[in-house]
Amino acid sequence: MSLKGTLNSIGRALRTPKGAISGAWLALVVLGAIFAPVLTPYDYDIQDLPNAFAAPSFAHWLGTDEFGRDLLTRVLYGARTSLSVSVLSISVSVFTGMVLGAAAGYFGGAFDRAVTIFVDLTWSFPEILIALILVAIIGPGITGTMVAIAVAYLAQFTRLTRAQIMAIRSETYIEAAKSLGARDSFILLRHLLPNSLAPVLVAGMLATGDAIILEATLGFFGLGAQPPTPSWGSMMSSGSALLFKAPWIIVFPGLAVAITVVAINLFGDALIRALDIKTRLREA
Amino acid sequence: MLLSVENLGVRIGKVEPLSSLSFTLDRGEILGLVGESGSGKSLTAMAVTGLLPLIGGRIAEGAVMFDGTDLSKLPEDRLRPYRGKRIALVTQNPMTALDPVQRIGDQVDIMARLHLGLDAKAARARTVELLTRLRIPEAVTVCDAYPHQLSGGMKQRIVIAMALAAEPDLIVADEPTTALDVTVQAQIIHILGELVRERGLALMLITHDMGVVAQVCDKVAVLYAGRLAETRAVGPLFASPHHPYTTALIDCIPREGMARGSLTGIPGLVPSVMSYPSGCRFHPRCPRADATCERTIPETRTLPDGGIVSCHHPLGGDHG
Repeated sequence: MSLKGTLNSIGRALRTPKGAISGAWLALVVLGAIFAPVLTPYDYDIQDLPNAFAAPSFAHWLGTDEFGRDLLTRVLYGARTSLSVSVLSISVSVFTGMVLGAAAGYFGGAFDRAVTIFVDLTWSFPEILIALILVAIIGPGITGTMVAIAVAYLAQFTRLTRAQIMAIRSETYIEAAKSLGARDSFILLRHLLPNSLAPVLVAGMLATGDAIILEATLGFFGLGAQPPTPSWGSMMSSGSALLFKAPWIIVFPGLAVAITVVAINLFGDALIRALDIKTRLREA
Repeated sequence: MLLSVENLGVRIGKVEPLSSLSFTLDRGEILGLVGESGSGKSLTAMAVTGLLPLIGGRIAEGAVMFDGTDLSKLPEDRLRPYRGKRIALVTQNPMTALDPVQRIGDQVDIMARLHLGLDAKAARARTVELLTRLRIPEAVTVCDAYPHQLSGGMKQRIVIAMALAAEPDLIVADEPTTALDVTVQAQIIHILGELVRERGLALMLITHDMGVVAQVCDKVAVLYAGRLAETRAVGPLFASPHHPYTTALIDCIPREGMARGSLTGIPGLVPSVMSYPSGCRFHPRCPRADATCERTIPETRTLPDGGIVSCHHPLGGDHG
């Protein structure tokens, strides 16, 4: 899968209704996160106690929280935390998983067995449990959350890449490359990885949605980004105690999480169709 | 002598699918390696290119002398400089021999860049020249195409171009035309033959098509069930085959003026490597077999014309 091919597939995904709607929402969230400082007149961390618990109005579109901070502002800044943490940690996870899986699948032997045991072990625990253990070890905060998410999803990408590599390894063009004097590293980087990229990328896309939920969950438990940095999870956590007094405090960040995750899944789905992976799977 | 295979034996696990194989090949020569499926042709190709480990096999005995070096004794990292640069393999199926996600030009360029140290521009110029030489129309455009956009015959020519790109001394072509149309087959074989004469290459052509052998080869090694049956210059082999198996193979070629239905196959099947018959491995299917053939492995005899035959009762009269 070349870069151009990937871009073409994304373009094709965007031209389907599903891809267009979900893509539009994701663009909105990303742009909102990037331009948060110019989009709202409020600061996310300046308290305005007289205006605490204000219901949604023209002044505060989504209302204010228990310290009088504007919720829209905090949801936008929260998007920064949620998106950057989940995208970064999944990227690291995809990259590491591809390296581990490719090496295991290509070289086999003791390294492959070690990687497989690691994958099987981590897969026998729920991701949230692995993440909680890691955050407990590293300590709460953004770094801990990112490491936790990256490790929690590592097994998935490792296993997927390994399977891809093993399937492609026996293709004639690999034998041909070897017979014409290519080194292992060359075969791995130039033939095996590009040919196994597409499914791993889609899996990474879909996992980003899960990672947003995981990040929100850790935030909800107070293990994610620490106050006053807003994150969707910690906002919902403080809102949960005030569910009946000021329901908007928990509802809007909750909606942000839900719609964004649904949008990512829909977009991933559209991307799968555009990349034609399902058709290829059915044929295989 | 450029390539001299001496008493080669190949083992995969507990079985020995190829034993005591010897033949020689010099620059400017084409050696046809013929036999039915399962006779050890492709294994010979893999042994010569050092690729047996890919299928879990190894050279158990004998030597593969290439330009004075015994390749069978070299470790993997000392073998790699030979691959592509001195010995190139043209694989069996052109449909899968090219990476589907890379452009044709890049895949051919890399050979010259890797082995001849050319820069990207020079390598591309060579590629275009080479593709044109292999009669690929609009070579510049083809360089930008992906494999799925080309026909089978084109792809096989690309694979041959990759093998030729680093100017090797020996090309091992493992049934290069099996997957192709009959009309394209003739073209490819013709091009290969021309290249050998022009550049003084040595070509080891693996095929099960005796017609192709008669057309382009200088000499022939006939394999049966992992053993050499007969090796001769191509003229004498067709004029007076000595091994009954060679005769049977030649009789399988359709000829002009043959009566309908008179084309005969060889009765029976090539034995599996797990259950090679005792004695001469061809004896269960051989019309000349007797009790000796069942018991003892025939010794190889050198013929007056320099050929080698391995049979208790060879044809051609004067050998008994």
